[in-house]
Amino acid sequence: MLAFVISRILQAIPVMLAVALISFAMFAYVGDPVSIMLGQDFTEAQRTQLIHDLGLDQSFLMQFATFIGNAVQGNFGLSYRLSRPVAELIAERAPATLELAFCAAALAMLIGVPMGVYTGLYRNSWLSRAFLTFSLVGVSLPTFLIGILLILIFSVWLGWLPSFGRGEVVQLGWWSTGFLTWSGIKALILPSVTLGMFQLTLIMRLVRAEMLEVLRTDYIKFARARGLGNRAVHFGHALKNTLVPVITIAGLQLGGIIAFAIVTETVFQWPGMGLLFIQSVSAADIPVMAAYLMLIALIFVTINLVVDLLYYLVDPRLRIGRGAAGGH
Amino acid sequence: MMQVQDRPLGRGPGPILEVRDLRVEFPTRRGVLTALDGVSFDIAPGEVLGVVGESGAGKSMTGAAIIGLLEPPGRIAGGEIRLNGRRIDNLPYEPMRRIRGREIGAIFQDPLTTLNPLYTVGRQLIETMQTHLDLSDREARQRAIGWLEMVGIPAAAQRVDSYPHEFSGGMRQRVVIALALCAEPKLIVADEPTTALDVSIQAQIIALLKRLAREKGTAMMLVTHDMGVIAETADRVAVMYAGRVAEIGPVRDVVKAPKHPYTDGLMASIPPLDRKVHHLAGIEGAMPRLSAIPRGCAFNPRCPHVFDRCRVERPELLDTGTTRAACWLYDPASEKQAPELFRHA
Amino acid sequence: MSGALARALDSDLWWSFRRSPTTVVSAVVALICVLGALLAPVLAPHNPFDLATLSLGDAFKPPAWTPEGDAAFPLGSDDQGRDVLSAIMYGARISLLVGVCSVLFATVVGVVIGLLAGYLGGAIDSLLMRIADIQLTFPSILIALLVDGVVRAALPPEVHERIGLFVVIFAIGISAWPAFARTVRGSTLVERNKEYVLAARVIGISQARIMLTHVLPNVVGPVLVIATLGLGGAIITEATLSFLGVGVPSTQPSLGTLIRIGNDFLFSGEWWITIFPGLALIAMVLSVNLLGDWLRDALNPRLR
Repeated sequence: MLAFVISRILQAIPVMLAVALISFAMFAYVGDPVSIMLGQDFTEAQRTQLIHDLGLDQSFLMQFATFIGNAVQGNFGLSYRLSRPVAELIAERAPATLELAFCAAALAMLIGVPMGVYTGLYRNSWLSRAFLTFSLVGVSLPTFLIGILLILIFSVWLGWLPSFGRGEVVQLGWWSTGFLTWSGIKALILPSVTLGMFQLTLIMRLVRAEMLEVLRTDYIKFARARGLGNRAVHFGHALKNTLVPVITIAGLQLGGIIAFAIVTETVFQWPGMGLLFIQSVSAADIPVMAAYLMLIALIFVTINLVVDLLYYLVDPRLRIGRGAAGGH
Repeated sequence: MMQVQDRPLGRGPGPILEVRDLRVEFPTRRGVLTALDGVSFDIAPGEVLGVVGESGAGKSMTGAAIIGLLEPPGRIAGGEIRLNGRRIDNLPYEPMRRIRGREIGAIFQDPLTTLNPLYTVGRQLIETMQTHLDLSDREARQRAIGWLEMVGIPAAAQRVDSYPHEFSGGMRQRVVIALALCAEPKLIVADEPTTALDVSIQAQIIALLKRLAREKGTAMMLVTHDMGVIAETADRVAVMYAGRVAEIGPVRDVVKAPKHPYTDGLMASIPPLDRKVHHLAGIEGAMPRLSAIPRGCAFNPRCPHVFDRCRVERPELLDTGTTRAACWLYDPASEKQAPELFRHA
Repeated sequence: MSGALARALDSDLWWSFRRSPTTVVSAVVALICVLGALLAPVLAPHNPFDLATLSLGDAFKPPAWTPEGDAAFPLGSDDQGRDVLSAIMYGARISLLVGVCSVLFATVVGVVIGLLAGYLGGAIDSLLMRIADIQLTFPSILIALLVDGVVRAALPPEVHERIGLFVVIFAIGISAWPAFARTVRGSTLVERNKEYVLAARVIGISQARIMLTHVLPNVVGPVLVIATLGLGGAIITEATLSFLGVGVPSTQPSLGTLIRIGNDFLFSGEWWITIFPGLALIAMVLSVNLLGDWLRDALNPRLR
């Protein structure tokens, strides 16, 4: 178990390094940070001093090492646009994005998996057909359009729910939460539905496809031939086998939620990391973009690790050492 | 049409399984295909009926129809299946489910895919027994270990908690046999139980099946394309061709003195144990596709003894003295009679 | 020729097409979208880019069927007095152009990389596929945003304005190549070891020719499916980028740009400015996705 975790962490390191290299390359070579930071009036001495302060006169490897060292300590420099430490900006906005992503992911899993199981088991019922049609519309609707339609219906026409912002938030240490006030919860509803919709339909289609695949297998036919009831066959044998691939892909898709938060946050003016990122892209604010990229990579790598661990818990073929197998 | 009664060789009073005029259809885009047409046979208690034929002859389909697990869109379109005199082909799902495993056990072809990879073999045995028998967890576990011992798994008390991937193919088929027998059904439908195994292991598995069937008094329908297995194991044998029974009778008679021209060709080309029958010695052509079964006798385009009646009228199973064969040569009213030129006659 | 046509009409593909009413309807919708977009200069009632014909007096007209509607503006007009229907038709041109070009770009890049990786194998294969794996971990919208952001930072604004369309095509194309590369590589590996390729090698046909004449035709089916399904995704990605304000230049508004502009008027009640372009986008993407779904199922008989 420990060896498995360690090997997975070791595998994640090259990915993080590759992403760090891209971030660093953006940081160091795209645009001209020196002239951006100096502004209009400067002396050559100031310029040289700044180049030295930024470490730009050092070798590539030294610069990269410094970058990694800083990144590990959470130091990503100053935002060109806001002239504040990038880490501070991100930390301020992380709770908003993470709360939104959590709600969206919960929604996607809790509704998507049962819908997928149902449509897989009763593939010809009218409800399954309705779900499938719905999922196709869901996959084809761009996230921002779902947001706009929801705003039009629930904010503009019905006036039930707020269309922008987080509502009232409560500060718990450095974490600001919208879960503790009624207006905070109300503000979460539309963005969560918007953000979760795509993943929900995707998870539903995925679970359905896997379920159909598994139901065709010999061991399911054999389970029926042994006279096991529908409940045992469907929810014991079939669902558990469905879970193995579903965990993998659903996990990756949940990571996608963090990325798609960019769009949702723009539609709902949600003060999270995504909104910060998109503002940085429009302003070519490279330090924020680089830091965001690293953070997203870290989140993805972590999710991958958790997915692998779950996989390991579900599938005994991975769990037991190869030495124990075999023998007539 | 005269209807000759089947004569099972078993011990019991009535047959355990009666299949009468079974017809299975598959609706497809190009019309309805008839996969099984007028299949009839009986199996007596404790008897082993071998079912042979080329790939696609309907052997496995017959087994699937009996256990009520035809692949959709296949459906039973006619005839009846009786188990201990009770009709089971038209049962709703739930009563049929209670028969599966409890009264009819099944063994599938490929042991590598028939066991659920995520559950221990013990758990699969226990859930099967507890589905059908009133057993406590402790009793079920004890019996599971007992069954593993009975099918020849060494160190069964430890292996009961192993997952399928920890067993070899032959060992897994032993587990499958244990699963088929553990609720003590009186009939086993074994669909090519040795085809996927190494030749060296095939004989062990057949010997095991034969021994257990004897010990438990279990009747068996043994589907295979391997005449060697049939000759060694079966009491009687049914030869299938294009979804119909061509000939049925005691294994000795069918093998040594086949009466149907198709069986004759099949026996003349008994292949080595490990090879599938693709072409039959002395018979031109191949089995027709289900969409193009000829009128009259399905075998007539390939039959060396064909005459006019074979092309028009479909033969029922007729008494030949030793076996029963679906061939007009054995109808006294036919213009042509069985020649004395069959190879083994 | 007529023989080929007859065979095509008798084929399983055509049969499964006719059997599915959804597919036929979506093919018709897709055709309407494509024709409407291609023929916009001919069919559109107004030219939204001709400033001389725009009048602020025509601004904010609701759709023609509402009480205050104006028959000259079937789907209403926007804040500049532009006809929404015409803007949609011209916008669909941009959306389709960017979608098709970026998918073509991704297809070419992906197929070439996939062929190379599958055929050459070894370290090159591992490296290319590792890159594809890492990129696949991230959603394409994020990749496209990053590429767009980097290019934006690297280019002076006036240059960026001029070649903005190509930047978007490049960004979306780059975000989509791994799916093609993986599939093509897989098929190439299978094909490479088949006897006819080995035979072709033995008789001394060059590797490049073997790849092009023997391997390529065999991967056309899966590539077509991915491309069709990818087209819907590419159109959505373009619309999303434009909605976020980092996509195509505002001088060439796509459907996403129209939605972003209209979004500002949602609260003042002028819903048609944003909703109609949105519906057009949905119709386009949904019909393309349905066609892709059908194509995948039709080419993969196991799922039927």
